[in-house]
Amino acid sequence: MKPLIQPSRIQPSRRRFMAGAAGAAALQIVTSRGASATPEAMRAEITRVTGGAPVRSGKVALDIPQLVENGNTVSMAVSVESPMTPADHVKAIHVFNEKNPQPQVISMYLGPRAGRAAVSTRIKLADTQKIIAIAQMSDGSFWSGSADVIVTIAACLEDL
Amino acid sequence: MARALINVPAKAARGEIIEIKTLIQHPMETGFRVGYNGAMIPRDIISNFVCAYNGVEIFRAELSSAIASNPFLTFTTVAAESGEITFKWTGDNGFEAIETAGITVA
Amino acid sequence: MRALRALAAGLALGLAAAGAAEIAPGERRSGYDDMGPQTRAMQDDDSANPGMFWVLDGQALWSRKEGAAQKSCADCHGGAEAGMKGVSARHPAIDAARAKPVDIEERINICRAGRQQAAPLARESKELLALTAYIARQSRGQPVSIALDAQTRSFIAQGAAIWNRRQGQLNLSCANCHDDNWGRKLAGAGVPQAHPTGYPVYRLEWQTLGSLQRRLRNCMTGMRAEAYEYGSEEFAALELYLMARAQGMAMDAPGVRP
Ligand code: HEC
Ligand code: HEC
Repeated sequence: MKPLIQPSRIQPSRRRFMAGAAGAAALQIVTSRGASATPEAMRAEITRVTGGAPVRSGKVALDIPQLVENGNTVSMAVSVESPMTPADHVKAIHVFNEKNPQPQVISMYLGPRAGRAAVSTRIKLADTQKIIAIAQMSDGSFWSGSADVIVTIAACLEDL
Repeated sequence: MARALINVPAKAARGEIIEIKTLIQHPMETGFRVGYNGAMIPRDIISNFVCAYNGVEIFRAELSSAIASNPFLTFTTVAAESGEITFKWTGDNGFEAIETAGITVA
Repeated sequence: MRALRALAAGLALGLAAAGAAEIAPGERRSGYDDMGPQTRAMQDDDSANPGMFWVLDGQALWSRKEGAAQKSCADCHGGAEAGMKGVSARHPAIDAARAKPVDIEERINICRAGRQQAAPLARESKELLALTAYIARQSRGQPVSIALDAQTRSFIAQGAAIWNRRQGQLNLSCANCHDDNWGRKLAGAGVPQAHPTGYPVYRLEWQTLGSLQRRLRNCMTGMRAEAYEYGSEEFAALELYLMARAQGMAMDAPGVRP
């Protein structure tokens, strides 16, 4: 499903494009521009980041509420199993999504001084979709974890 | 001027892993929305964040349009020595914000 | 269109059409209680709650000299921590000169105009939101304490009448959703009891802070009813009714809500 962009009124809200994505807004003027992320676009972006190296599943835990209360602000925490020593640590954590307008969400770079590979942020999710986090280790290996997230549509918005 | 809220423990034991939380005021306009007049609202986001501990980078992030308004980031570091932790956000339209927090390590 | 979806969802869950049954005091729960752990954590931790940006702005405004009188709020009221404690919890309150209920926004503007001799602040302006957030913050944990007396009675009744009146193209009343169907889902969103304890709130949907009236306007839009004007008497009465309905519940502003 394509992310959709619609005219906004007082307080432009991303929800509008989610409403469009829900397919119920037949009367709304809906436009979209540029490439939209798809599972394929996400895979291509992952390949760009990993340089085509194999990605194994495991070691990475992605903590996102399964049922999101509002896609405009979704808490997300990522942790990676790693001793975080100079010899063996996480160098980077990259997060990707399949249905926002772009596949990349955030890339975070850390090292042994972190002590622990545990980070969190808040993200926007345009639709119900899969989120993938990939950790790049100091030995060059890549590990991944994923989560399926259901985004609900808020009631009582500003626009009609 | 953007406000930022930083949460760093003022004191820590040497070797302790501390959590750092940062929240900064920013609209994070995605660049994918159409405004009132039918024209695209241009992208206006924070695209980079760097945290340095006594001048040495300990954490860095590249943000995209998919980061929520008023970006929130948390991460950890080992309390190594007393000194200053600095935070720098940069982004579209020349956005730049710098904050500093002191820490005493015993 | 969204309203049509809401209607469809409403029909699907068979919105109880029975006369509005008031919520028993022991069953009252705030919007905070309905939120997931991540959203609650966002509200609870001051360094994670974006509403604190407005609180900090309000703190700065509190001691800024304004208007022809060149007086700051602090010049007359002293520190807000002591002077404004519990004040938001008892608003709307009757303004003696007008003999009408005024909400905290209006109350601030009365001091702006009358005491500072400055232009009133526009509803939803950054400055008015900042001052309301800062003042509301001083009531955190305080019980809602509306004066329930001869003066407020008729206005509370006026607010209750609005609450129970079916209006808009969907022919729904506020009570249809919030008294009769709280705890159920509407197009995926949980229906809260609609207690105004957290206002102004940082609403995730808005990605910014907004007033109770803005929130009420959103529900009226959802009902396909024409929303009352900001600062209208209808809103003052409705806000007063909502606060009286939440009497005794703890204030939790600046709240975070979906
Ligand atoms: C069709 C059902 C429906 C009707 C009718 C309705 N609301 Fe709501 N209201 C909701 C839902 C659903 C939410 C929560 C929205 C969300 O989380 O996205 C809400 C939220 C609220 C809130 C915010 C509560 C909090 O915790 O912050 C208030 C206050 C409120 N409504 C008041 C009203 C008033 C006053 C009316 C009548 C003018 C009204 N509502 C009519 C469904 C309704
Ligand atoms: C010149 C003195 C003066 C200044 C300046 C002033 N106030 Fe007041 N304020 C008063 C007085 C006196 C009252 C008592 C009610 C009345 O008669 O107006 C009051 C009442 C209030 C109340 C209601 C308090 C309650 O207990 O119900 C609020 C809220 C308030 N002021 C906020 C503000 C804010 C915010 C500012 C700055 C923007 C401000 N005031 C500036 C004198 C002042």
